[in-house]
Amino acid sequence: MQQQQQLRCCSSDCAFSDALFFSRRAVESIVDDEVTKCFSAQELENWNLLTRSNCRFRHISLRLTVLWGLGLLLRYCLLLPLRVALAVSGVPLLLVLTPLVSCLPDGALHSGLSEKVHIVCYGVFVRALTAIITYHHQENKPRDGGICVANHTTPIDIIILANDGCYSLVGQVHGGLMGLLQRALVKASSHIWFERSEAKDRHLVAKRLGDHVADKNKPPILIFPEGTCINNTSVMMFKKGSFEVGCSVYPVAIKYDPRFGDAFWNSSKCGIISYLLWTMSSWAIVCSVWYLPPMKREDGESAVDFSNRVKSAIAAQGGLVDLVW
Amino acid sequence: MGSRASTLLREEEIEEIKKETGFSHSQITRLYSRFTSLDKGENGTLSREDFQRIPELAINPLGDRIINAFFPESEDQVNFRGFMRTLAHFRPIEDNEKNKNAAPSEPLNSRTNKLLFAFRLYDLDRDDKISRDELLQVLRMMVGVNISDEQLGSIADRTIQEADTNGDSSISFNEFMKVLEKVDVEQKMSIRFLH
Repeated sequence: MQQQQQLRCCSSDCAFSDALFFSRRAVESIVDDEVTKCFSAQELENWNLLTRSNCRFRHISLRLTVLWGLGLLLRYCLLLPLRVALAVSGVPLLLVLTPLVSCLPDGALHSGLSEKVHIVCYGVFVRALTAIITYHHQENKPRDGGICVANHTTPIDIIILANDGCYSLVGQVHGGLMGLLQRALVKASSHIWFERSEAKDRHLVAKRLGDHVADKNKPPILIFPEGTCINNTSVMMFKKGSFEVGCSVYPVAIKYDPRFGDAFWNSSKCGIISYLLWTMSSWAIVCSVWYLPPMKREDGESAVDFSNRVKSAIAAQGGLVDLVW
Repeated sequence: MGSRASTLLREEEIEEIKKETGFSHSQITRLYSRFTSLDKGENGTLSREDFQRIPELAINPLGDRIINAFFPESEDQVNFRGFMRTLAHFRPIEDNEKNKNAAPSEPLNSRTNKLLFAFRLYDLDRDDKISRDELLQVLRMMVGVNISDEQLGSIADRTIQEADTNGDSSISFNEFMKVLEKVDVEQKMSIRFLH
């Protein structure tokens, strides 16, 4: 801290504005507790040759620096262009195939083909990220109807889960490229997109979820009850909205291996595009997905208790800390 | 952690703190559990030693000054209300608050109050002026040992020269505000408090 200070303290207003910086850091350390630590990336014991995980490692030896340089070359000149090319070709594929499928009349052919399109497109995205996924207990995979809940680390969670089955996504309507993708997805299968104003109306949300779940032909809904991205060392308190609907809940635990690449998206630090570029220039995204047996709300159990029960099951399976908050 | 904290803090107190500081209900309960975890003596107040036990605060150059800011005039203990009042200075300014001009008194986290907090870090003797000595003390704390006294003295002199408009060789609060008018104080002095 003080070395940086010497170089900067040379103009008059910096004599004052640096005090602002130090006072903020001081108050942050007063307020910091085990929960705020969940919102920054996990620290590694050994350096995995990626710059962004280089927190405590200073210059160790020339050999290590050369190795790092070679790794940098490999990742940015070989892996990144290949992955970006795949990702960039996957998006138009999705946008072209889904309207084609939607032209077919509703029926077995329509749903069969839309599943195929779904699997192909998500397969392309998974390979674009070089995600090496191990699915455990696939006999518990969510089936028709029901709600699937999982712990949230990154928006990539959706791609990882959707690679192995069709889900209906829930979310707010966005503009731009995201909005385009949302409209395309809706053509092939049913998703639930909310307007911003509707999202605040809890009854409307609950009703739409309930209607979707009641229709057995529709795919299960994928919900992330934590509400925000956590750094994959613990599971935060679940919001109870999705547990009030009253159908069976399929918990899924996702655990990323931090040695190959940090999957956590710190939305206050970088935007989604820089996050995707970071991820695509890591070694790989290695993760394990565990499908847990379905759980139903017991008689007399409140939604909050049910959500805590599901949260503990997910934390226990994934080896994550079950936080009280 | 969670259930013990909420039973000790009464609803009326939470409401009062909410009105005074603008924090939300869940932020107050979370900060109360942080307060109790810092309170090793379990007597409902924090002493200076309780703060000094925080490692990152101990290495912060302005750590002692910030700790001082929590304690009112010549007192050695701070209760939860006082703790929240000081933390409220660092709450981010929300958009709807910027437009509200019917507030009876200025909220604790307004730009002026944030600057007043920073001003008081320098003004030790509370005479509403930053003298050359007071400025030198704080600069020395922030800069460490590698800059000589003469260099630091000339930095302090230049700062006072540029800021002092009424020629009394010290910086009043208005002059302080003027120096920092281009600085984004709202962003530099705001922390994201979790819900």
